[in-house]
Amino acid sequence: MLIAATLAILVVMILAIIRGVLGPTLYDRILAVNMFGTKTVLLISLLGFVMGRPEFLDIAMVYALINFVSVICILRYSDAFGFKPQEKDS
Amino acid sequence: METILSISSALCLLIGSFLCLSGGVGILRFPDFYTRMHAVGVTDTLAAAMILIGLMLQGPEWIAILKLIMILLMTLFISPTASHALAQAAIRNSLWPLIDTQQETAEEKSHRTPS
Amino acid sequence: MRHTISLSIGLLLFWLLNSGHYTLMILSLCVVSIVIVLTIVHKMDVVDHEAQPVHLSRKFPAYSLWLSKEIVLSNVTVVKHIWLGNESLSPTLTTLKASQITDMGKVIYASSITLTPGTIALDLVGDRIMVHSLLRDNITALESGEMDRRVSRLEAQC
Repeated sequence: MLIAATLAILVVMILAIIRGVLGPTLYDRILAVNMFGTKTVLLISLLGFVMGRPEFLDIAMVYALINFVSVICILRYSDAFGFKPQEKDS
Repeated sequence: METILSISSALCLLIGSFLCLSGGVGILRFPDFYTRMHAVGVTDTLAAAMILIGLMLQGPEWIAILKLIMILLMTLFISPTASHALAQAAIRNSLWPLIDTQQETAEEKSHRTPS
Repeated sequence: MRHTISLSIGLLLFWLLNSGHYTLMILSLCVVSIVIVLTIVHKMDVVDHEAQPVHLSRKFPAYSLWLSKEIVLSNVTVVKHIWLGNESLSPTLTTLKASQITDMGKVIYASSITLTPGTIALDLVGDRIMVHSLLRDNITALESGEMDRRVSRLEAQC
């Protein structure tokens, strides 16, 4: 059952990557990255149990915090400068 | 006792995987950014909680259970903050959502027909 | 003072849970780092009732139980509509009024709206919350104001 859940999470991560590549706007891509990050936290803790090494939970916790900080950083940047549509040079 | 624990753990993991997959399908299927956000909300709240509870029922030592509870609380506190920041940035940079107008016109019609 | 004590207890528990080694060396490092964090936080002047909401702790468990029930229910609805397809959606954008007095209460209300799938608080200006919802029913449920009342009651426990 652990392995099945791990596979399901991997499939969801692939779906999130597809949305990130397709995403019509920038915010879709940020959303996909955020979802990918939260799914990584779950994947790391599941893998720790699959391999029988619960020390992986520490890494999962650190990853949750890093993911949060990265999303907030991108959005603070957007507040400061704004994501203006790029003007075509040519 | 042992079997009850393992069965309920497997059940929680199964529900969690199903909810995760639904969220993944939703993020591909929904029409615009704001509706996709609701699909991500499903995978962030109940799916993560179900998978982590399933792991807690696997019967590791107590410190691992406490760490799992900590990860769960962190996810639940962090995810609304991140999605609110994302939605606010989107609406302030004037990305307008798709609004459902069909139902409204249908209601107006239904108001009009009896009168 | 109350807030400083609660912050140091929280930091101590966090260290003890995460380290897993209980020798004298590690524990003294724990005390030193907590003192350093407390000094920095006092210089930043962020230890107050907003960073450490101890006055909410009596009423909070009951509210979080009710909120988790709401989260489960709305999750089921959203998942049902994911599999039903795009035609069953009716995305709506409205502005609600938050009846809470303090900033803390408003933030708790907006975060609860965002945490339940199907509704997202987009913007919070003054006492108006702009809400996007997946279904029209979600908005009518919010406008009936049960969550609003519960958050106000939680806030009134100061």
